Amino acid sequence: MYSFDPTEEQQMLIDAVKKYAVNDLRAAAHEAEENNELPKKLINKGWELGLLQASIPEAYGGFGERNAVTGVLALEEMAFGDLAGTLAVTTPSLFATPILLAGSEEQKQTYLPKIVEGEWRPYTAALIEYTFDFDPNELKTSATHHGDGYVLNGEKAFVPFAKDAESLLVYAKLDGQSQAFIVGKDAVGLIVNEEREQLMSLNALPLYRVKLDNVKVPASNRLGGESGHDFDLILASMRVANASVAVGVANAAFEYSKNYAKEREAFGMKIAQKQAIAFMLAEMRTEIEAIRLLTWEAAWKLDNGRDDAINEAYLASIGAADMAMMVTDRAVQILGGHGYIREHPVEMWMRNGRGFAMFTGLAIV
Amino acid sequence: MPIEFESPKPITQAQFMLKTVADEMIRPRSRYFDEHEHEIPWDYIEFMHMAMKASGGSSLAPRENGNGKDGGEKEKRPPIGYQLIAAQIESLAYGDLGFYHCLPGGGLGAAAVYAAGTPEQKAKFLARFNEEKPTFASMCITESGAGSDNSAIRTRAGLDEATKEWVINGEKIFVTGGDKSFTEYEKLGKGFIVIWATIDPTAGRGGMRAFVVESGTPGVQVTKLEHKLGIRCSDTASISLVDARVPFDNILGSATVEKSTSGFKGAMATFDATRPLVAASGVGVARAALEFLKEKLAENGVQIRYGLPRQKLTSIERDVIDMDIQLKSAWLMVIKATWMADNKKPNALEASMSKVKSGDVTTKITQKVVEILGPLGYSREFLAEKWMRDAKITDIYEGTGQINRLVVARQILGYSGSELR
Repeated sequence: MYSFDPTEEQQMLIDAVKKYAVNDLRAAAHEAEENNELPKKLINKGWELGLLQASIPEAYGGFGERNAVTGVLALEEMAFGDLAGTLAVTTPSLFATPILLAGSEEQKQTYLPKIVEGEWRPYTAALIEYTFDFDPNELKTSATHHGDGYVLNGEKAFVPFAKDAESLLVYAKLDGQSQAFIVGKDAVGLIVNEEREQLMSLNALPLYRVKLDNVKVPASNRLGGESGHDFDLILASMRVANASVAVGVANAAFEYSKNYAKEREAFGMKIAQKQAIAFMLAEMRTEIEAIRLLTWEAAWKLDNGRDDAINEAYLASIGAADMAMMVTDRAVQILGGHGYIREHPVEMWMRNGRGFAMFTGLAIV
Repeated sequence: MPIEFESPKPITQAQFMLKTVADEMIRPRSRYFDEHEHEIPWDYIEFMHMAMKASGGSSLAPRENGNGKDGGEKEKRPPIGYQLIAAQIESLAYGDLGFYHCLPGGGLGAAAVYAAGTPEQKAKFLARFNEEKPTFASMCITESGAGSDNSAIRTRAGLDEATKEWVINGEKIFVTGGDKSFTEYEKLGKGFIVIWATIDPTAGRGGMRAFVVESGTPGVQVTKLEHKLGIRCSDTASISLVDARVPFDNILGSATVEKSTSGFKGAMATFDATRPLVAASGVGVARAALEFLKEKLAENGVQIRYGLPRQKLTSIERDVIDMDIQLKSAWLMVIKATWMADNKKPNALEASMSKVKSGDVTTKITQKVVEILGPLGYSREFLAEKWMRDAKITDIYEGTGQINRLVVARQILGYSGSELR
């Protein structure tokens, strides 16, 4: 059967996340972006919604089960508030979710309980590399066999909270495949850049370049243990997450420009009453819906172990990048000169919008 | 029920069966009927009628419980009537859009009765589609001076108080399947057309009503069959009505003229049901074209490397992957809109969005496929060029892309027709 209704539980979560997104994240977004900083209290409040905690079984300190559809619903809503804030709140998932999905029993017991108990603490992951044709399946960062363990070499980019992270999940190419390795903050040869990344957006999110200079990792720190893990599934979970935050940001831009168009008068009427504007809004809404459904389907397929889930996630992520750029660009266009001014959030969403073509790795469901 | 994307069994079964019909029955005839406009594919029509009767009913109007015979009693499952129809239409249009229109059954005529008729009317007019002979019905809205603006309809219906009959006068054009619905062919059962007319020209939309006019009604004539860019296997008729008399009870919905436009809106509700279905037909054509392209590319050793970052993809790979995204998401919008219809959720927004999306996607995909295939795409040796011609209609009929954008915009902005013209 097809169905598009969230469960009661999911709806409660959506409502709670929405409240936080609008009242807290959105309210703080402008200042955070201008001052390059998210208040710790704000992040903690989002953490207390328990998205990650609810996706981890009791045996590992959580109180639920991971569900990609639920993750998508929550991310959409949170990113509606603010992207940087959303990525900050969910950064620990970048470390915890792959362990939950593919980690060894030992890794789960070692890390999951201490991540989910108490306050938000920065556990993070390093996937993206600073090359124009970055391909998660063709990483330039390498892992080589060394005695009983591995040695990592290379450079990672856009690593959230790397400076303060307790541990990082570093993705590297081992025997031709992308594999993740748990690297503690004190590992010898792990060098986090002093300077934060300076990007077109996400000013509020502390992102770092990270160097790995002969970092030695014991065999037990390879995700999944000695036999490793299936990277496709993790990548797909990242792509679906990327698509869902794109939907959230696009929705924010759509709603804002729609409300503006209903207020703004020109030539004796609201500009929303002009077909040129109304049609743009109709197309924005339509394209958001299209990608939203594709993303939901990809998430559902992940949850249900469908063969085509991996490809569907890929398509959703690519489609979302285009859609978000189109929608956020038009939102700025609808506000006209006002859209170009930083007092309105649409210009920031447009800067966010281009990012979804390269943000895979910054969120996971 | 939680969010789910499991295609229900009746749908996958229908898709499986209709794939065979498309491959064996439709495709081999597709080119012939494109080149012999106004010929009728009788063997296909008769085959489909028999096949549908054998599988429990031929009307495309959904059954009340939506699950067919075994639905209600065994277990209470959510209805999937419209979703199933959308899947059937998509599968047939994948075969050939013109042939889909040659599918016997009620088509849009029955859909109008289903959406706006009383239970008695439904029983009276819809039963015929399961009779011995294949039977057609059509919707007649457009006039030479009233296309997208169907409130400008001039066809007039007056009540003859003495005989309690409606007397209808006017001229309808672009009636899909009008010939098969109205002209009395020996091989066909008695069909009907649904005529949109005003019962009070001063009342604007409030006076607009739909009337069932039986095949063979005196004063009604098919006056012309159009020659078209595509879907040539589907006849497009002009129908003139001169003092055509129809029984009082053939008016769909209420006979009283209302000051408000609620009567008109009731009739427009037909579109909430049918727009996703037309969107489904577009998706079918687009899928045909895209699958053909992929076949040809594979034959020529061109692989589509899914999973790569865009920067590493060739132009053709980017195009194909983008078309996959568009086609899949367009189909999901059809499914959502029909799922809402099945579950009695108001779906005016989703219905029109699905039509906007499908119209865009279908025209763009078929045009892109011809482009990528180059001379092979342009040649009439293959069907790609035909699909491109066929596809264009899906962004025109049942509300052009622009009209549907208008409907979407009004919905999202909360505007009336006068606030957003």
